[in-house]
Amino acid sequence: MLKVLWRRICETAALMIGLPDYERYAAHVRAHHPDRPVMNRAEFVAERMSRRYEGRGAGRCC
Amino acid sequence: MAFAVLAVSRGEPVNAAWMVTAALCAYAIGYRFYSRFIATKVLELDATRVTPAARHEDGLDYVPTNRFVLFGHHFAAIAGAGPLVGPVLAAQMGYLPGTIWILAGAVLAGAVQDFVILGLSVRRDGRSLGDIIRMEMGPAAGYVASIGIALIMIILMAVVGLVVVKALAGSPWGCFTVFATLPIALLMGLYGRYVRPGRVGEMSLIGVVLLFLAIVYGRTVAETPELAAMFTFSGESLALMMMAYGFVAAVLPVWLILAPRDYLSTFLKIGTIVALALGILIMMPDMKMPAVTRFIDGTGPVFTGNLFPFLFITIACGSVSGFHALVSSGTTPKMLESEPQARFIGYGGMLTESAVAIMAMIAASIIDPGLYFAMNSPAALIGTTADHAAQVISGLGFGVDGDTLTAAAHDMGETTLLSRSGGAPTFAVGLANILASAVGGRGMLAYWYHFGILFEALFILTTIDAGTRVARFLIQDLIGTVVPTFRNTGSWAGNIVATALVVGGWGSILYQGVVDPLGGINTLWPLFGISNQMLAALALTLATVVLCKMKRERYAWITGAPTVWLLVCTLTAGWQKLFHESPAIGFLAHARKFADAAAAGQVLAPAKSMAQMNQIVMNDRIDAAMCAIFMAVVVATAIFGVRSIRKALRSPERTAREYGLEGFEVSRA
Repeated sequence: MLKVLWRRICETAALMIGLPDYERYAAHVRAHHPDRPVMNRAEFVAERMSRRYEGRGAGRCC
Repeated sequence: MAFAVLAVSRGEPVNAAWMVTAALCAYAIGYRFYSRFIATKVLELDATRVTPAARHEDGLDYVPTNRFVLFGHHFAAIAGAGPLVGPVLAAQMGYLPGTIWILAGAVLAGAVQDFVILGLSVRRDGRSLGDIIRMEMGPAAGYVASIGIALIMIILMAVVGLVVVKALAGSPWGCFTVFATLPIALLMGLYGRYVRPGRVGEMSLIGVVLLFLAIVYGRTVAETPELAAMFTFSGESLALMMMAYGFVAAVLPVWLILAPRDYLSTFLKIGTIVALALGILIMMPDMKMPAVTRFIDGTGPVFTGNLFPFLFITIACGSVSGFHALVSSGTTPKMLESEPQARFIGYGGMLTESAVAIMAMIAASIIDPGLYFAMNSPAALIGTTADHAAQVISGLGFGVDGDTLTAAAHDMGETTLLSRSGGAPTFAVGLANILASAVGGRGMLAYWYHFGILFEALFILTTIDAGTRVARFLIQDLIGTVVPTFRNTGSWAGNIVATALVVGGWGSILYQGVVDPLGGINTLWPLFGISNQMLAALALTLATVVLCKMKRERYAWITGAPTVWLLVCTLTAGWQKLFHESPAIGFLAHARKFADAAAAGQVLAPAKSMAQMNQIVMNDRIDAAMCAIFMAVVVATAIFGVRSIRKALRSPERTAREYGLEGFEVSRA
């Protein structure tokens, strides 16, 4: 119970800075796109980081 | 019930508990009944429909996400400086008018907007606000909307930049801690890139620890004369430094400074909001500000203009914020697990934001009103010495003496708190009082105060650097349609020119605000409020159009009524800002006053030379032009809206387009 809660808190904190769940991403690519390479964790974080500030979307709120 | 207590308990201090209760009751009723009605009857959200997250799942942008996790993401994206600053400024009219607008505005307008736009976007494959406007109201309306969005970003960056400048000018402790975030971010960036790639958790933890050390060491800096001199800056130099920072951060790779600073500010923001909420709930402080002050007649020193429309313009973000429509049609709709959860995330998210505004109102109301007015009145009015300021403010009917003001400044670790307008310092004093009574007592006041300043400065700087970067891409794209090489975002020439254009845009407005004798906030905050409400009016117009195109016009009042209210507010405020005969309110009247004096060879205070006189006239005219453009955008959108609605009403069938089984198609029943 507490373990699930802690996991959810970590997940929320990560998504607040624009990082979705890495395990979920990796599982998705393996299951649905076996032909595509799976980014490792560092590549995944770097990719998300550059996407966040790329200019699509609205930037920051007031 | 609690409202009644707020209303009748005049003459004795009202406890913040009543305000908290009133707010929570209003939210509970709004969420339980009104949002449910919108979800089931108006939007007809359907749990069996496939959401964009499921349709396009890729583990990156499109990820079906647990609703509590997504709520956190959405709230972190919409929460910013706005709901903290607006209520603090509005407190000059007493806490009651502002509180009523924060609650009513959020429940009936703000949360409705966030929720409905989120619902529309989910039904349209997670499209953005601009795209949906183009789809449902035509390309011309879309074009007008994008001009509006670009302008509001520029003015937002200038105004929040001004808030930081006001908080840091002449404060070595504050400057040191904020400057310290740069090497800290750099260290975090290098750590996350080379030492432990991808470990953002560790990297953020290191950053937070270093940040607290910087706050503690800041006291030593402030108390050591040589160091203090190194970190004491005037508003003008801070504004120039901020422009340089915005430029550098927007051009460099994001992992180096921008992203780590953003991560720090996000966690600090959420942490502080939670801490403040707990602090208020535990301490239940008494409110010292009267429920209604004499300044509802529009003569207040913090901002000029009558209760209507200026109170509604001043508190923009805590009750209804157009910016949220951009977030609700940005990343959030791409992660929704099922349609009905839009209610919890869209409507619930805005109610939480509104609660933050209520906390800011409480923070501003628990400090001594005399101190409040000393901090928020321009130097042109109260002078620069504590005794003179105390005299002026006592004359306004808020008794205070100079020693109290000096002692308060000393408690906060500052030499003076006079004319620290902009809301952030006042909020920080309130925060410090609440948190210090929970942790550390009076001795900790100064630390908590600087924590408050740092917290606001951090996420405002994030607004500036990330916003500059986003605007830079927009401009590169725009110029790229004419000069194709410009679009290459890897090209240094294109980067630098576009970034310089953006920084020049907000930087010139910011600088003008810093040298403004009335304090700048007085002039610029209403302009920002108008632009933000303008964007909200735009989003709500779109929502009304879509409801009519779905043949649900009997519910069109749900978004239509707030639209009309916002139109009335923004247009009245805009009109007064342009044409009001009092130079304290109307830009053109102010320009005329100075231009006439200049023509007669006189130099009016606070200008010291003819060049400054001409500068003031020029600034007024720029402000007036921006105001006129905002009004033109609002009017144009209203016309487009009415046209689309009439067309929709004439059509016997539904004409709204939603994403269905066959791609985009006319909406199903």
